Amino acid sequence: MNPATRFVDVSSEGTVELKIPGRAEWVAVARLAVAAVASRLHFSVDEIEDIKLAVAEACTNAIQSAGGVDAGVIEIVCDAREDELRVSVRDRSTGPHLEPLDGASIGEGRTEALGVFLIRALMDTVEYASDSRRGTELVMTKRVSA
Amino acid sequence: MDIKVNVRESEGDAYVVDLTGEIDVYTSPKVKDAITELIDQEHYNLVINLEKVRYIDSTGLGVLIGGLKRVREHGGSVNLVCTNPQIKKIFDITGLVKIFGIFDDEQSAMKALV
Repeated sequence: MNPATRFVDVSSEGTVELKIPGRAEWVAVARLAVAAVASRLHFSVDEIEDIKLAVAEACTNAIQSAGGVDAGVIEIVCDAREDELRVSVRDRSTGPHLEPLDGASIGEGRTEALGVFLIRALMDTVEYASDSRRGTELVMTKRVSA
Repeated sequence: MDIKVNVRESEGDAYVVDLTGEIDVYTSPKVKDAITELIDQEHYNLVINLEKVRYIDSTGLGVLIGGLKRVREHGGSVNLVCTNPQIKKIFDITGLVKIFGIFDDEQSAMKALV
């Protein structure tokens, strides 16, 4: 067999949608559900941990943007493809802090944007859209490493 | 999903905070309360043992950073015990390895306090 040939498991492809209450106690459900989806692709254990954390940070950001109490409903859509996982996290808030922090400012105690910093560090692409009518959507992808 | 917090006195004026479980937006207030209580009681040299922590997010990191800031105002320090590679990676990519003393065992973390 040609060593470059790669087994494609098309049964791993699909879309999973999840809605959680926008409260702190539900974030664990979101990260575990997305980890279960990610485990159907050929991600390493470390990569699945990265995805778990990034999704949890996106949900946490939504809750914190809503004042830390109740962000309403958070919609999470996982689009599993052959070689990547695309995760969309949408909520009704007007948007998270998106300025990435460097190590120095974290050390000075600025932690409010640490979650977004982590999302950007752990995922391959991160896109963000926000408007007052539709709320905020954060779309991130992680590619399966070769 | 929960976090167990155990606080115990160690050598000198140092205290150890043992954490077991997952530290996230839901559980981190419990960790914050324990650290705040110690600092309010004027204990400024702390070892926080993360050996049995399986997961930490930015809110957990924020609690640790907040604790460190407060004890430093009083000339104290916070050292961490951490062996989980995934959690070490989080400290590494956020640059927090430069801010916290991170050790593989409690004895080393305690020794570095004094």
